[in-house]
Amino acid sequence: MNQPIDFLYIAVILLSIGIYGLVVKRNALRLIFSIELIANAVNLALIAFSRMLPSPQGQVFVLFSIAISAAEVAVGLGIIIVAYRFYKDIDVTEYKNLKN
Amino acid sequence: MVDSVFIGLSVITIGSAILSLESRELLYGGIALAISMLGIAGYFIILDAPFVAMFQIAVYVGAVAVLIIFTVMLVRAPNTVTKKETRKRKVAGILLGLAFLILAGSILGNSAVNQLKFNDAVPIVDVQAIGKELMTYYSPVLIVLALTLAAAVIGALALARREDIEERNEPAN
Repeated sequence: MNQPIDFLYIAVILLSIGIYGLVVKRNALRLIFSIELIANAVNLALIAFSRMLPSPQGQVFVLFSIAISAAEVAVGLGIIIVAYRFYKDIDVTEYKNLKN
Repeated sequence: MVDSVFIGLSVITIGSAILSLESRELLYGGIALAISMLGIAGYFIILDAPFVAMFQIAVYVGAVAVLIIFTVMLVRAPNTVTKKETRKRKVAGILLGLAFLILAGSILGNSAVNQLKFNDAVPIVDVQAIGKELMTYYSPVLIVLALTLAAAVIGALALARREDIEERNEPAN
């Protein structure tokens, strides 16, 4: 039988993959992918602890968290489409108007 | 000890998480992200949270992945692998990720989380308890969340609206 620590290790691995993506990638869509990976790692940790206690409140929090990140993805993709219309590119280093 | 289902799910989830960031085609990256989300839903199922797993599949694999794939099709990037991702930046990113992994992993391995055990004696959490929590104690949160979601979707629609097309159409009407 698995123990909570196994799921937490998986969550940590997903979190570090997300951090790597946020640091390295300059494609705006890949940055959204990384943010989604990090959000899912947190959800996994919450569910693991909710199973351990056991308490339904962890699952309720995860439901809220999934809804919040769905809203965040909708707004993020809208911003990417608008930026693509302005710059004809989705590379975040090309978005020069936000600098200086 | 870990069992074979857990190992299989881990390989699928982490492998497609890496693939979603490293694949050459952005479209395949989006599909790999959806598969990774499916792996997370599998974890939720073996953690006795089938309702959350269903929600995860419906929202992430059903809505978010489709939204991302449509955005990839709308946004025709000239080159998906950009020249800005230099080797130096990549090495720095891998080092940073590994440093975080080792740090958090060693903290986890040496902490008291190691001794925590899943409690198999008690009955598993059922959907009824979640519904009761949502309807009683967390009902204000649910209302605020519904408003947030509606505001976000309306905001995304307002952001993506094309004003130039509307102005061209107005004299005709």
